[in-house]
Formats: sequence, C-alpha cells, structure tokens
Amino acid sequence: MQLTLWSYEGPPHIGAMRIVASMEGVHLVLHAPQGDTYADLLFTMIERRATRPPVTYTSFQARELGGDTAELVKTSVGEAFERFKPRVLLVGEACTAELIQDQPGALARGMGLPVPVLSLELPAYARKECWGANETFYQLVRGLLKPRVPEAGRHPEPRPADRRPRANLLGPTALGFRCRDDVEEVTRLLASVGVDVHVVAPLGATPEDLLRIPEADFNVCLYPETADQTCLWLERMFGQPTVKTVPIGIGATRDFLDEVGRIAGIDVTDAKSPISSRMPWYSRSVDSTYLTGKRVFIFADATHAVAAARMCAEELGFTVVGIGTYAREFARDVRECAKRYGVEPLITDDYLEVEKRATELQPELMLGTQMERHIAKRLGIPCAVISAPVHVQDFPARYAPQMGFEGANVIFDTWVHPLMMGLEEHLITMFREDFEFHDAATASHLGSRVGTSRPAEGGSESQSAAEPADSPVDSPVQADASTVIWAAEAEQELKKIPFFVRGKARRNTERFAAEQGIQTITVETLYDAKAHFGR
Amino acid sequence: MSVQQLGRVSAAGDALPVVVRERGQRQVFCGLAGIVWLHRKIQDAFFLVVGSRTCAHLLQSAAGVMIFAEPRFATAILHERDLAGLADCNAELDRVVAEVLERRPDIGTLFLVGSCPSEVIKLDLAKAAERLSGVYRGRVRILDYSASGLETTFTQGEDACLKALVPELPQLPSGERSLLVLGTLPDVVEDQFARLFAELGIGPVHFLPPRRTTEFPPLGSGTKVLLAQPFLGETARACEARGASLLTAPYPFGAEGTLGWLRAATEAWGVTGEVLDAVTAPAIARAQRGLAHHRASLAGKRISFLPDSQLEIPLARFLRRECGMELVEVGTPFLDRQLMAEEMRLLPEGVRLTEGQDLERQLDRLREDRPDLTVCGLGLANPLESEGLRTKWSIELVFTPVHGFDQAADLAELFARPLRRAALLRV
Repeated sequence: MQLTLWSYEGPPHIGAMRIVASMEGVHLVLHAPQGDTYADLLFTMIERRATRPPVTYTSFQARELGGDTAELVKTSVGEAFERFKPRVLLVGEACTAELIQDQPGALARGMGLPVPVLSLELPAYARKECWGANETFYQLVRGLLKPRVPEAGRHPEPRPADRRPRANLLGPTALGFRCRDDVEEVTRLLASVGVDVHVVAPLGATPEDLLRIPEADFNVCLYPETADQTCLWLERMFGQPTVKTVPIGIGATRDFLDEVGRIAGIDVTDAKSPISSRMPWYSRSVDSTYLTGKRVFIFADATHAVAAARMCAEELGFTVVGIGTYAREFARDVRECAKRYGVEPLITDDYLEVEKRATELQPELMLGTQMERHIAKRLGIPCAVISAPVHVQDFPARYAPQMGFEGANVIFDTWVHPLMMGLEEHLITMFREDFEFHDAATASHLGSRVGTSRPAEGGSESQSAAEPADSPVDSPVQADASTVIWAAEAEQELKKIPFFVRGKARRNTERFAAEQGIQTITVETLYDAKAHFGR
Repeated sequence: MSVQQLGRVSAAGDALPVVVRERGQRQVFCGLAGIVWLHRKIQDAFFLVVGSRTCAHLLQSAAGVMIFAEPRFATAILHERDLAGLADCNAELDRVVAEVLERRPDIGTLFLVGSCPSEVIKLDLAKAAERLSGVYRGRVRILDYSASGLETTFTQGEDACLKALVPELPQLPSGERSLLVLGTLPDVVEDQFARLFAELGIGPVHFLPPRRTTEFPPLGSGTKVLLAQPFLGETARACEARGASLLTAPYPFGAEGTLGWLRAATEAWGVTGEVLDAVTAPAIARAQRGLAHHRASLAGKRISFLPDSQLEIPLARFLRRECGMELVEVGTPFLDRQLMAEEMRLLPEGVRLTEGQDLERQLDRLREDRPDLTVCGLGLANPLESEGLRTKWSIELVFTPVHGFDQAADLAELFARPLRRAALLRV
C-alpha cells in the first residue's frame, strides 16, 4: 500500500485510452464498474476534445458480481461493434475487473467478429499510465503488422534514388504535452532537409495507416515514453532504424538533423542553421545576462526532463541544481543526465518527495508538470510546465511546439517569462525599504496579484486553513540551526535581501555558521557567508 | 445491459409520472467524488480511500485540479503484493494511517473509504476502523464507509458517509426536541437557513455534516429530520432507526421549494402560516425579483437532464414551475420514491422520467430531441457542445450555493448562462 495525495500518472488503462483516443477507426471496450467513466473528462475537458474517447465501459455493478459479468462483456462488445463499426477492437480491464478475472479479451475473441480483436493485459496493481500507453501502442502495431513481418534475414529494399526518404513519427498521443504542435514542427523540420513524413501514429492514425508503417525508411521515436517498444520491434522485424534524438532545444534539433541525415543517407548541412529560431540571439542578447547561473530544478517525464537540462545548461546559461522523473521505466536516462550536471537524481512518483527536494534546493526556477506548478506556487518559486501531466491551460489555442527551432523560441519565452527581469531584480536589491517592494511582490510584468500562497519569511504571515502549518519555504535547517541563533541586527539585514533569494541566504549563512562553529550570526557572519558561497 | 427496459412502473399514485428504468453503460462518477466537497465541509476530517491508482486518479481528476491547497484526502493504493497476500493488508493499512495522522496532527476524524477493489477483495474496513479506533482512542475518531462504484453513484457517496456518522451522534435527551437538517450545504447557505429558523422560532437547529466533528448534533426520538439534499435516503432511514422522524417536504430549490421546505418545519413546530408568511415574505420577494431577470431567457426553452446527482427531479420542478422551462427528459441515476414523493407531485403529467442509464440510447434520444439545454457530466459536455447542443455541467450544481431563497436567482442563472452565451457568440 502506498499513500498517495496527488499522482503523476493514472492507471495503465488510461494509457490505453490515450492511444485509442488518438486514433480513428479503433474502439476500446473496457471492463470496468461505473465511476471509471470519469476518464472521459480528461480528454473532453483537459484537452477540450470535441468527441468522446472511443471507449465503451461495461459498467458492472455489485449485483452482477459472480453472476453475469461475463455476459455483460459480450453484450458490450457486440453493441460497441454494431454502433461504432471499428476496424480494430481492443478489449481491456480496469483495476476492479482485473480482480474478478472474466478474461474479457478471450470472451471477445470468441465472438467471431469480422475485425481484428486485440486483448490488452494492463496490470493495474503493478503498472501505470505511460506503461499502458506504450504497451497498447506496441500491441496494436504488432497485432496488425505481425502477419507482414518479412522472413528472418531478408533486408528491406534500399530506397530508390528518385524517391525522397520517408519517416514515420511515432509516439504522439492524446493528453501528451504539445504533441499536436510538435508533430507539425517536426514535419516541417524534416521537409526542410528533404524527408517526407509517411505515417504519424498514434495521433490521428487509422488502422490502415499502421499497416503502412513498414513502407517508410526509418522511424522517429518522438516520445520514447509511448513509442520506444514499438520502434524497437519495428527495428528488429522490419529493419527500420530509429532516430532517437528528441529535437527539443537548438543543440538537440541540430543533433536530430545529423542523425536523420546519417540514417537517411542525405546531406543536411544546409538546413542546420537555425534560421527560424530567434532563441540563440535572444539568449546572447545582453538583456539575458541576468539569466546566468539561475538555479533550476527540473522534474518531469524523462524525455522532457533530460532535454530541459541540456537547454538550461547550454542554451540559457542556467545552473541545473536538481533533476528527476516520475517515469521509473526511463530512470536510467535521467540518472545519466544527473551525473553530467553533477546533481543527485530524484526518481520518485511521490510528489511529497519532490516538494521536499524543492524546499531543500530553493531553486530560482522550477520546470515541471502540473504537480510542480502546485509545489512552486506553495513555495513562491517561478515555474514553467514542460511535461505531462498537465492541465487545461497547457493545451494552448496558439501554435506552441516544444520541438524544433520554433519550439526553442516557445521555450525561451515560456521559461524566462516567470522570472523577474534583470534590472528590476537589481532595483529591488538596492532599495529594499521601498514600501512597495514587499515580500510578495511579483515581477512587474506578471501583474500585481499578491501571492497569498507565498508564505512570508518564517511562515509568520496569516495562513489560510488550506495551507499546512509548517510552511517549508524559509524555515531554518533543523540540524544546523538548532545551535545557531541570529542576532537581531543580522535578522534585520537578512530582510533587506529580496525574498526570492532570502531563503537560500538564510540557509547558507546557517550552514556557514555551523561549519565555522559560530554560535550567533551577526551582520558580519552574513556577509562572510555571502563571500564564502558567492557565485 | 442494453435496452432492457425493466418495465414501465407507475410510481406511488396514478397521477404521478411514469418512470422508465434503464440499464447499460453509465456515465457518472462513483461515490468517491463526494469526498471533493465533504473534505472541505468537515474541516477536521480526513478521507483515506483504500483503493487503486484509478481511485486516486479519479479524485484528482474530479477535484484535484481545482484545489491548490493540500487536500484532506488521500488514497492508500493497493499494490500487487497486497493482493498476493505477501503483505498483510491490515498491517499495511495501519502503517499508512499512522503516516497520515503523523502528517496531519490536526485531524479529528478519519474516514476509511472503501472502493471497488477493496470491496472485491473483501478488505473489512469496518473491522480495521474498529481496530484503529482502539489504537487512537481519545485522539482520532476512525470511521468507515464504502463509496465503491459497484454500489454508489456520485452523490450516494455523501449518503454513505453521513450514514456512518449517525451512530456517533450523541443521544438527544428524551422530552427534548430539535431539528436536524441533513446534507452538505455551503456555509453561507447554512447560515441563512439558521437565521430563518431562528426568526420562525424553530430550534434548536443542527446540521449534518457539521463543520467540525467536535460539534456532532444530538439525535433521538424528539428529532425532526429535514433533508436539504434529495440523495440521503440511507442516512434518513438510519436517523429514523434511532427514533427520529422524517419531515416530508419538497427540496429547498427555488422560492416554492424553499417555502415548502420551511413549511414542513413550521408545521412540525406548530408555527402558524401567518408567521411563516411574515418571516419569508421579504426573501421571497427578493427571490422573485431575481428570478424575473432570468425567466426571460429560460421560459419556453426545452431542457433534458442526464442522470447524475439525484438533484435532477427537484431542479426540473424548479425550472418548470418557476422559470417556465419545458421538460423533455428528466433522468435520475436512482429514484427514491419515498424521498421524492413531494417533488413527483409537482412534476407535470406525462413528463419523461428515466431511472438508471443506458448511455448510448440516451444520447440517441437526446440527438432526436435536440433540447435547448442539456444537463450532463463533464465527460459529455464538450462532445455535445460540438454537436451543437448547449450544455450545463451538472457538477457545478453540487459545488455552488444554490439552495434557499437568496440563491434561487443564482440557480436560474446557472442554466441561463450557457443560453445567454450561445446568443452572444459570433465565432
């Protein structure tokens, strides 16, 4: 049993729903009690989809348990087939159905429907949403293409010289982060080097499209969380190589094009200058100097976390002070990345642990999911969302890709926007006693909303009942601080430091004092510590 | 499954509407969704769902994204080892409960909430609550109820929760009397009602659930129970089992419903009709002024309710009689004929009343009817809008102050707004 307040991922059948909701001509019958239909709202409300996900729920009730639930499965399958006329039918179970073991997949297959019927194993008590999406996509592709796998040892025909290379884009799904726009941007990017996109799947694909996958020269694994298993299988069975670089950021986009060029056997040198990206110049502009060394904590799915770390370090001049992921299946990528930046990786799906780490690190910017938005809001830290799970505001009306050169533009704007601008930061530092520079003042371009959830120093400001009593923002380090006290004038001086770095200043000073064996922190100690930790 | 109309059953009397019962796919929340408002109403309570990742995800999706504060609910997620018997579920539960109580020392009452998986594996939460009560006696009260989707639909979760509170209520000394109002009301509405009862000379008045579990109302044979929400049948009957008597009344939606509701209390207290009229006249006048404003956009418009919260019948009555709307279909997930008797009498003859749900067929009817407004759950609203049907999210009806005289116009406005908006938009 695991105590969970908020979760990063739903159960695996939600992943299956993400695949079928992405596609056309596919229907899922889910053996599940009433209540599990809540999942529809994720698609229709959070992503504002105009159609219901193609899912039929059996809605079994207590009185049917041990009796006619199996019959219910068959009726549901029959009716769903009649009504929706899918070209492929998937059958799966949600958590409760798994326990009653009706074998709905076998029941459905025994009905002799005139379309492929695929049975999904979605272990609800062991696996989660991303795994479910990955597995469902794999089962679907494998189920449809298995009869077409060439004999072992037969290599694919080489591409005729007069045909442009073709690529499949695999992995974008409903409820994914900016998938819709990434597909468009990557299609444009590939076109710029003379590569045609053949099939995009699962987003917008039909079962017939999946059958055309082997006609492409290679696959682009856009989102490994949903497509790595499928790409690996296609590589093994059809000899289709996989482009693995995820083109998020200028550097990664260049690497992506290099990899495409290498795999497709074409020259990509012309397209590599980021002509459509203002991001490199914006980052080099003197105005951005203040971004230097901003301390960033990243927590997301593995793909977006790793990509964000590289952009932070190489393209924005930030310092990565922490990185983590909830996607255990991809923990290795994040561990390697953490090693590169010399930080401790955080692999967890417990948001309380993420909050604890954020509190310890006192970053100046958080890049994360909807959950980190909560955490950052509580801690008064600027935040930008970079990965699923996300909320309705992260499905913008405008074109806002993350990938490719335009994606880099979008990311520059999105990550820099929550921060206080350079000169403003200086002014606040210089004129601490200006009455309008109160602790809760946000950056001037973010409006005058005083963050009620931004706890004041020491958590002494009135807190709503909703806030926990021990606001962790600025509380002294327990172990070190127990022996150290602050002199009144040092405490006063500390207040002159802007709130967004004050927590860190306090902690550093206390750590310094503890290390130096200082009992009472004076103004001198404060500045000694500043010199000691000065960056 | 499917059409299985289980027959046309005439409800209670001959003049009452005919009810069509349907079975099939349902598009409703399970009872866990009630935690979303219960955990805010009862300020010292914590709701620990013992269930699956789906339960946690449901709560988060139904509510979580709207609440930025740390919630007073959580899920103890069952894992493979719990099911395989490798881990003793009870020992695990004890550990998780300790974790919760350590994190939230301010909690006075902990509800262990059963779910579909916990029901199916027959995890006995009543026994667990009893055992843990022994451990935390004097510090935390530990209760249990089931909000599993196998047994409860949406608002029935509140019924199950309140029913679990009934045995905890102190005994009302014999010879004394009191009024007990059942059902979660927004604090502001509760205060309005408390003032009205005071002016009417009715008292003492208590509310269940209370804002804090240290303020449990007494219950006994002198208690008159008045339901503020129509979905609390089990709780009402549990109160009756402890000797209380149930007042029959329409529900306090709209001026007519609220007046009828108050009248039931005045009659029980022997307060005259003159006093009732005098006390309520100003509020009724206000309500009618407010309603007049929205009647223009609602009158003559056709409305369908999909089954969701059990509020459908009282709301249909209000919209028909006070706003002039035409009822196309009124769906309810479950019809408690006893509790709905007064409301059913106020529905027009021949209204199409359905109990239960067979989703696809209901949507077929809806597309054929093309009402001006459809009241439905969040999963269906946007798809129906994209088919050109105007919708009203039903969940707003349980989250918004809509009871009583002074909220009558607000209630009408909830239905008028989508229509007004549709008339405004030129995109």
